[in-house]
Amino acid sequence: MPVRSLPLLSVAWMRNMLERSPQDATLVMSGEHTHERIPGEAAIWVFILGDMLMFAAFFGQFAWDRIGRVELYAHSQQQLNVVFGAVNTLLLLTGSLFVVFGVEAFRSGGIKARLWFAAAFACALAFGVDKVLEYGSKWAAGITPDTNIFFLYYYMFTGIHALHLCIGMIFLARMWVLAGRLTRDGRDVRFAEIGASYWHLVDLLWVVLFALLYLMN
Amino acid sequence: MSTVIRRSPMLHPALIAWSLLMLATAISWWLGGNHDFGGDRRYSIVAIAVVAFAKVHLVGTYFMELRHAPPLLKRWFGTWIVVTCTVVVALYLAAMQ
Repeated sequence: MPVRSLPLLSVAWMRNMLERSPQDATLVMSGEHTHERIPGEAAIWVFILGDMLMFAAFFGQFAWDRIGRVELYAHSQQQLNVVFGAVNTLLLLTGSLFVVFGVEAFRSGGIKARLWFAAAFACALAFGVDKVLEYGSKWAAGITPDTNIFFLYYYMFTGIHALHLCIGMIFLARMWVLAGRLTRDGRDVRFAEIGASYWHLVDLLWVVLFALLYLMN
Repeated sequence: MSTVIRRSPMLHPALIAWSLLMLATAISWWLGGNHDFGGDRRYSIVAIAVVAFAKVHLVGTYFMELRHAPPLLKRWFGTWIVVTCTVVVALYLAAMQ
């Protein structure tokens, strides 16, 4: 096989893999309609999109205030430890993967979902610990919200995000409880999907925050 | 009672998406370092932003199950990604004129 065609083949293979849905891989004969449905409920998506809009305004404001302060932003960013941010990103992304597996296991019945939700919770907890350590090290270095406008935004955005994370952890805890029950109904599955969707929101918001606060200068 | 037929878990779309997300994170981490492209930080800024919002797209599509969601929801989500990325990048570049 010509070596040249390998990259093309791997891209095509990946696309093919991604086109398959978990529903293709999992034939669930419960009469549940698995195509074109809103994950969870419409209400959580109204919240998610609204929250995304709010954060978009934050991002825009942050970028706007950078005008005329490029050096200040760059210098301040260098005082952040990118390792904290990167580790946090990896934790949330992995937690999201666990949540996906957990919701699927939850739908199928059985106790396995508990493991996944617990693992996701552990990721969230690790994120929290990491954040506390990071805040602590910044504070000890004399960097507070009063230091400059960059750090005001840093504390404000990551703080609001951390609150979102706490709510996400409450969802995960509840999902863990539901997954331990012998019976579950459609309402429980919907709750798990709602919690999962909320969790992924926490994840995606952080992805952008990581780029803005830690990387882009 | 439901019957489940499973393929290999290694081929799970979410796992593949996760791998791409890990890779994307590593790439943007690298870009965020001092790789100047000859002194012009603008290229890495654009690249980091594009990668970040591509990651958001991956999270939405393969974690949040938007692939199987009504088109309107997909459109709103996609619009957010494009508009937010564009505005942020534009403001960043404008500041560096």
